[in-house]
Amino acid sequence: MYKIVRKQELNPTVTLMEIEAPLIAKKAEPGQFIIFRTFSDSERVPLTIADYDREKGTVTIIFQIVGGATMELNTLQEGDSICDFVGPLGKPSETDGLKKVAVVGGGVGCAIAYPIAKKLHSLGCEVHSIVGFRNKDLVILEEEFKAVSDRLCMMTDDGSYGTKGLVTNALEELIQAGNEYDEVIAIGPVIMMKFVCLLTKKYNVKTIVSMNPIMIDGTGMCGGCRLTVGGETKFACVDGPDFDGHLVDFDEAMHRGTMYRDFEAHAREASCYLLKKEVQ
Amino acid sequence: MAVQKNMDPHKCPMPVQDPMVRRRNFEEVALGYTYEMAVNEAKRCLNCKNKPCRTACPVQIDIPAFIERVANEDMEGAYQIIAQSSSLPAVCGRVCPQERQCESKCVRGIKGESVGIGRLERFVADWHREHCTEAPALPTPNGHKVAIIGAGPSGLTAAGDLAKAGYKVTIYEALHVAGGVLVYGIPEFRLPKIIVQKEIDNLKAIGVDIETNMVIGKVLTVDELFDMGFEAVYIGSGAGLPRFMNIPGESLKGVYSANEYLTRINLMKAYQPGSKTPIKHSKKVAVVGGGNVAMDAARSAMRMGAEEVYIVYRRGMEELPARKEEVEHAEEEGIIFKTLTNPVEVLSNEAGEVCGMKCVEMELGEPDASGRRRPVVKEGSEFVLDVDTMIMAIGTSPNPLIRSTTPGLETNAKGCIVTDGEDGLTTREGVYAGGDAVTGAATVILAMGAGKAAAKAIDEYIRKKAEG
Repeated sequence: MYKIVRKQELNPTVTLMEIEAPLIAKKAEPGQFIIFRTFSDSERVPLTIADYDREKGTVTIIFQIVGGATMELNTLQEGDSICDFVGPLGKPSETDGLKKVAVVGGGVGCAIAYPIAKKLHSLGCEVHSIVGFRNKDLVILEEEFKAVSDRLCMMTDDGSYGTKGLVTNALEELIQAGNEYDEVIAIGPVIMMKFVCLLTKKYNVKTIVSMNPIMIDGTGMCGGCRLTVGGETKFACVDGPDFDGHLVDFDEAMHRGTMYRDFEAHAREASCYLLKKEVQ
Repeated sequence: MAVQKNMDPHKCPMPVQDPMVRRRNFEEVALGYTYEMAVNEAKRCLNCKNKPCRTACPVQIDIPAFIERVANEDMEGAYQIIAQSSSLPAVCGRVCPQERQCESKCVRGIKGESVGIGRLERFVADWHREHCTEAPALPTPNGHKVAIIGAGPSGLTAAGDLAKAGYKVTIYEALHVAGGVLVYGIPEFRLPKIIVQKEIDNLKAIGVDIETNMVIGKVLTVDELFDMGFEAVYIGSGAGLPRFMNIPGESLKGVYSANEYLTRINLMKAYQPGSKTPIKHSKKVAVVGGGNVAMDAARSAMRMGAEEVYIVYRRGMEELPARKEEVEHAEEEGIIFKTLTNPVEVLSNEAGEVCGMKCVEMELGEPDASGRRRPVVKEGSEFVLDVDTMIMAIGTSPNPLIRSTTPGLETNAKGCIVTDGEDGLTTREGVYAGGDAVTGAATVILAMGAGKAAAKAIDEYIRKKAEG
């Protein structure tokens, strides 16, 4: 069992949990993920690591409450324990030799983009962070990003905070203003990563994306997380989750991501119903 | 005590669930011999002096000796004989390909059917489980520590043998439960999970520690295990990533690897009502491949409610690598065998879901390197199989996590760990490996045989080191 030492609501649909997992904390690197199972009959769900504290022996996860599994996790409180928590899985993000990087985060994807920005900053790399949210209420990790970025562009879809527009608008402006990035790192909804890659291809800037497909074991056994990258079948759990964004078949990934949409909607309703019953 | 031999040329048939009933439930297919059936079948054994059956057993169970005990109605005695050689008899009695091993060498098989060795093994193991309440004797600790990676059949066997020899054994398992392929792969109807759990409990009872959620190569490396005081490491990490055919349409919704399909159903219990694990409820399913995994996937799909299930295999019925009994059971349950057939494309509807599989017919040509006749495409034979789900069961390639984080551990071109001879020694001192991680996808019993051989070699290695 893995104890929740801190729980914090970042916005109405996004929760942060700091989990006691000393062995994972010792090894975790930005870009890697864990798999959790809330209860002994729960699904296995992958989540990218949002932060870690090697001394305290904790790993931080940030999740959006989107389906039955994340709703279940969100029912737990500080002091409760998660049934299973395994990692660090996947390959760490490569940071070697990077001098100037644009880190692009979309929505809850910012939770995964943050540790990379933080690590790059600590390595002396110039970090320009572009973070996008639908509206002001959904903004997370603003202070954290500020602390590790040489420049921070806050974007909202409706203009209720920061600049109105998409992350791609801000990125294009920065590139056009003459910023030469060694790399763009884009993490967020697949559709956002796709459009960031279309843009950076135009300017010929290498772009790394972090893929989060459907997974079961996360250790290279089930093959559920397969993607087409550069015309080859790759497995996000052992070959990724970071890939060269200019080679990823995003349309296929989006399509595969909807495999269980009906089931998930049903599971979400079922969980809501159970929660409601508990409240009553 | 001499017993009257039973000279019936036929094996006592195994009582089974009616095919039309069992094809819709996940309860065990084979019900097991009754006490009388077991004793009667045991009397068919001639107790040959040279024991050809034993030499054909990967873990060398003294088969005639245990069968003699059964004939004499000494079931616990029979169990003790099996237990000397096998850590998982209730499992092997159910999943071993006996017709290619022990039973293939049985003298009774020359003029009739061989003795039902597997069925008797199963009976004895089940009898023990149901009747024996005595806790197993705790071995005397010898003060040495061994780490085992992977709680599948190979690792569990190695752990059992080493623990019995007095070693403090810790098994590191990546998943949330121990058992490996016995829990995520082989379905409930062929191997009830309660039986696997019982075998694992037996190992725990003799002092084996099992740490789940531990992915070696990630959370700890092999080198760190040595730093923690383990004197030897056994890698039984199993087969890895599923293979695909690289034909168009393999990324469509409704294409599964057998590993994923079976893992959802078995490990994640998608077959149970109210399970939180999603799975497609298919109407027409094609399983590509002809091994045990293909049979398991096809029969699972049938039990999940499919109307039509096909096995699509590029060679003929004779060449199916699956256990004979599994093929027979699948046929009885109404699985349709499309042999000498090979898929060339998966077809998609407008929603991007599988709506058919384009196939070609094959014919068998000259024997290839494996000695089996090579299938070649029959010109102009293209046709479309009407299916909504395709499950690929054409094998796996080894998991990269350990080889990529263990310096000095050599692997071959396919990524399988290289070992020296039968004792499983790798290119690293003190590191042994066996099972699918070494051979590529094979059987439970071969993995157990490798675990057993490695346990012996590890014992010798540590003793020698301690003396030196």
